[in-house]
Amino acid sequence: MSTEYEPVIGLEIHVQLKTRTKMFCGCELSFGEEPNTRTCPICLGLPGTLPVTNAQAVQYGIMMGLALGCEIAPRSIFHRKNYFYPDLAKGYQISQYDIPLCLGGRLGDVRIHRIHLEEDAAKLVHVGASGRIHGSEASVVDYNRGGTPLAEIVTEPDLRSAEQARDWLQLLRETLRQLGVSDVNMEEGSLRCDANVSIRPKGTHALGTKTELKNMNSFRYVMQGINAEIARQTALLESGESVTQETLHFDPVSGRISSLRSKEEAHDYRYFPEPDLVPIVPTPEMMAAAEAAIPELPADREARYESDFGIPTDTAHLFAYEPTWGTYFERVAVEGNRDAKAAAIWVTELRTRLGADADPHKSAVVPAQLAALAALVAAKKVTAGSARTVLDKMVETGDHPDRIAEAEGLTVMEDSGELSQIVAKVISENPDVVEKVRGGNAKAMGALVGPIMRETKGRADGGEVNRLLREQLGV
Amino acid sequence: MIELTAKQAADAIRSGDLDANEYFEFYRQRAASDPYNSYTWVAEKAPEIDTRKPFAGVPIAIKDLFCTEGIPSQAGSKILEDYRPPYTATSVDRLTTHAGGTLLGKTNQDEFAMGSSTENSAYGPTLNPWDTSRVPGGSSGGSAAVVAGATAPWSIGTDTGGSIRQPAALTGIVGLKPTYGAISRYGMIAFASSLDQAGPFTRDVTDSAMLLSAMVGADPCDQTSLGLPEPVRIPTANDLKGIRLGVPEELAGEGIEDGVLKAFNDTLELAKSLGATVETTHLPHAPHGLAAYYLIAPAECSSNLARYDGVRYGFRKSGASTLIDMYTQTREAGFGAEVKRRIMLGTYALSSGYYDAYYGRAQKVRTLISQDFKNAWDKFDFIVTPTAPGVAFELGSKTADPLAMYLNDFCTVPMSLAGIPAISIPNGLSEGLPVGFQIAGPAFSENRILDAALALEKAIGFDASKAYA
Repeated sequence: MSTEYEPVIGLEIHVQLKTRTKMFCGCELSFGEEPNTRTCPICLGLPGTLPVTNAQAVQYGIMMGLALGCEIAPRSIFHRKNYFYPDLAKGYQISQYDIPLCLGGRLGDVRIHRIHLEEDAAKLVHVGASGRIHGSEASVVDYNRGGTPLAEIVTEPDLRSAEQARDWLQLLRETLRQLGVSDVNMEEGSLRCDANVSIRPKGTHALGTKTELKNMNSFRYVMQGINAEIARQTALLESGESVTQETLHFDPVSGRISSLRSKEEAHDYRYFPEPDLVPIVPTPEMMAAAEAAIPELPADREARYESDFGIPTDTAHLFAYEPTWGTYFERVAVEGNRDAKAAAIWVTELRTRLGADADPHKSAVVPAQLAALAALVAAKKVTAGSARTVLDKMVETGDHPDRIAEAEGLTVMEDSGELSQIVAKVISENPDVVEKVRGGNAKAMGALVGPIMRETKGRADGGEVNRLLREQLGV
Repeated sequence: MIELTAKQAADAIRSGDLDANEYFEFYRQRAASDPYNSYTWVAEKAPEIDTRKPFAGVPIAIKDLFCTEGIPSQAGSKILEDYRPPYTATSVDRLTTHAGGTLLGKTNQDEFAMGSSTENSAYGPTLNPWDTSRVPGGSSGGSAAVVAGATAPWSIGTDTGGSIRQPAALTGIVGLKPTYGAISRYGMIAFASSLDQAGPFTRDVTDSAMLLSAMVGADPCDQTSLGLPEPVRIPTANDLKGIRLGVPEELAGEGIEDGVLKAFNDTLELAKSLGATVETTHLPHAPHGLAAYYLIAPAECSSNLARYDGVRYGFRKSGASTLIDMYTQTREAGFGAEVKRRIMLGTYALSSGYYDAYYGRAQKVRTLISQDFKNAWDKFDFIVTPTAPGVAFELGSKTADPLAMYLNDFCTVPMSLAGIPAISIPNGLSEGLPVGFQIAGPAFSENRILDAALALEKAIGFDASKAYA
C-alpha cells in the first residue's frame, strides 16, 4: 500500500505598490515608457546619492498590515541585501530583514507571517532570438522598474492543496485591489507569487523538506506549478529518494520543473542595517490615516451579504469581489423593502447586460426602478420572461418598468378567458401530443407550453398555463 | 591678498575694498601652479560673482569626493576616472549657489577616503607644505594642503575616523568635524555612511565657524541629516572661565610622541591660565575604538563600493568575456590596494556566521564608547586630546604597514564612533612640524567648541604663514 501524502504550502507574494513615485526617489513609476526614461541619480545608484523613504509606500504597507490583521511594528528598520547583478544599481537591495513593518495576521483561513517593504530590481532584457539569457547576443538593463516599491507578504504554511492556494491568492488579490494599494496584475508582474512546497505522510506533523517555486505569473500557473511540484515530490518519495531543498522554475508550456540557475543560488547576502535611512516609527496620526483609508474588504463584505441579506454564497462572493456591483445591489435591496434575494437576481441580470466592468450607478437603470421590476415579478404582474424584455428596454431608455410593461403589452394576462381560448387552440392544433399525454406521458405536456407562450407573447403566467392545460386535457 | 583670512576677504569684497575677480584670479593662479599635488582639478576662470551673497568671490576648494555637476569627482580612485556627476552635493550647493562662494578646485584625497596620508590616491600623493618629504595626513590631505600652502583661502573635506582633524593637525590649520547629521551627506561619495561627515578646513577658528554656518542644515535628500538646533555664531570668547576640561588617560598618554605630548601639556597649562579647570579622566572603551572602527567602516564600505562594477559609469576593463569576469577585472584594475583590503575585511565581517562576532560586536563597542562620552559630559564641558599621536611622517614610511597607519586615527576615531563634534587647532610645533590640539564636545555643541577653540587659538598664537610665506 502506498502512503498517502499531504501537501504543505506557504506563499511569498511580491506586490508592486501603486504609489506615484518610487520607493526611495522622486521618479514616477513606469508603465511601459521608453527604457531608462524614468530614472534619476538615486535609482541609478550614482555615487553620493542617498535614499529617502516614500511615505505613501509606508502608508500602503500599514494599510495592508491593518487589513490583514497584522501587528504594526512600533519601530521597523531597513537592511541592505548585498549581491552583484546588473539589475541592482547599488549592488544591494534595500529591504527589511529581522524587524519588518508588519508581523502576524490572517486572511481567511491562512495566517500571515509578515509583511515588509523593499525596492524592486531593474529589468534585464536579453537581446537575441530567444529572448532568454542563454544564447542571447547581449543583455541590456532597463532601470525604469528599478526602485519601484514592493511589499512582500509571507504566509505561514497553512495551505493544503494547489486549488486552495489559488483560491486564497485570488482573495488576497481582491483584498489588495480593493485596498487600492496595487494594480495586482499577475501577467504584468505587479503581483508575483512564489510557493514553498513540501509534502508529508497524511496524519503526521513534522514538515518535509521544502522547495521554493519561483514567479508563477498567473493563477492557473500557480495551481499547475504547485500540482506539478507535489507530483514530483511524491514520485521522489515513493521511489525511495528524498527531496532536496532548492529553488525551482515551473515552465507552464512543458509543465516541467527545473532547478533555477541564477542569482537566487547566491548564498550570503551579508544583511546589515541600512545606515542611510532612519527607522520607520508610525505615529498615531499615520496609523489613523491608514485606518481611515481602508474600505470594507471582500471577506467581510461576503460574510455580511450572506448574514444580513440572506443571499446565496455564490452571489455574495460575486458582489464582494465586485464591490461596485455589491454597493448597487445593496441599494436595490433597500429600495425593494429588503427583498434581497429578488434584488440579487435582477442585479445579476443587469450585470449580464452591462458587463461586469461597467458601473451600474452610471447606467440608465436607477436602483429604485430595478427594485420596481423585481416587485412586478413578485406580484406576478409580469412573468420572469417578460421582465427580462422589460429590463432590456430599461437599459435602453431608462423608463420605469411599469410604463414599459404597459406600453409593450407585457403585463400578465389577467383575463383567463382569453388565455383559456389560446390553450384550447393549441390543444386542437397538436393532436399527436395530446394523444401522448392522455396515454399517460405527462411530461409531453411541456411541448404545448412553448406554443402557448408564443401565442401570448410570454405574458401568460406559467402556473396558470399548466392549470388550464390539465383542466382542458382532463389529466 | 595672501594674508587675508576668508572672512576678511569676504568683508573686503562686500565693502568694495577688494575686487572679487582679482581675488579669485589670485588664488586660481596659485592653485594652477600648486607644487604639492593638492588639486585634481582647478577652475579655468571665475564664474559670474554675485557680490550680494555672504561668500561672494571667496574661492573654495572641495575634496574630490563631493559630487560637482559636470566637474570631475573621482574620489581619488581610478574606477571613477573623469567621472562627471549630473548633480552637485547639497553641502557644496549651499556654499556656492546659496552663500555665493566660488568653486576653485577639487582636492586630492586617499581613494574613497581610505587612508591617513593621501598616499592612497590614484592621482599621486599630496605633499605637506611644511616639508615636502612628508605627508599632509589624510584622507582629506589635499584640502588640508591647499589651506596650509595658501593655494586656497579655505576648503572642505570629510571626516570618517579623523580625515579632517588629523590632516589639519599635520599641516598646522583648523579642521572641524561637526556632529553626525549636522551637514547633509547627499552628494558625498560614501565611504562609511554611519560615520562620514563633511566639515571645514580653515586658517583660523573664525573662518571655521563662518564656513560651517553655511554648510549645516537638514536636507530632504538625506534622512540622517538634522542640521543644528541653533545657528552657528562667529565665536568671541577670550578666556575659558568656568570651562571644565577632561583629559582621558587612554588618549593622552601611552603611544603619543614626546614632542606632541609636551605641546599638549603646555596648552593645558595655558587653558588653566585662561580660567579652565583641567582634570584627568577615563574613557575606558576608547582604546577599542580603532578595532570597532576597522570593522564597521570596512563593512559599510564593502557595500557602498559594490556599485562600482563597470556597468553604468566610470572605469570598465575591456576584454572580459563574461559578466563575472567584467566585474572582477574592472574592480581588480580600478581599485587600489587599501580599498581592496577594506572591501575584503568588510565582506568577511558581514559574512553569515561571522556577523555577530565582528560587525555585531563592533556595534556594541560603539555603543559603549558613546556611553563613555555621555558619562564624561556629567563632569566636563569638553574632552581634550592631542589630535594625532605624531607629527607628519615621511612619504612611504608607513605604506607597508597598515596597522601603523591606522594608529594615526587612535585619538580621533572614538569621537567619530560617538557621532560627536570635535575640532583640531594648531598647537605649535614639534621637531619643526605642526601639532594639533583636539577639543570634543557633546552632540550639537559646535558653538561652545568654537568659542573654546578661539580662546585657545589666541593664547597659543600659532603662525601659519611659515608654510606658504
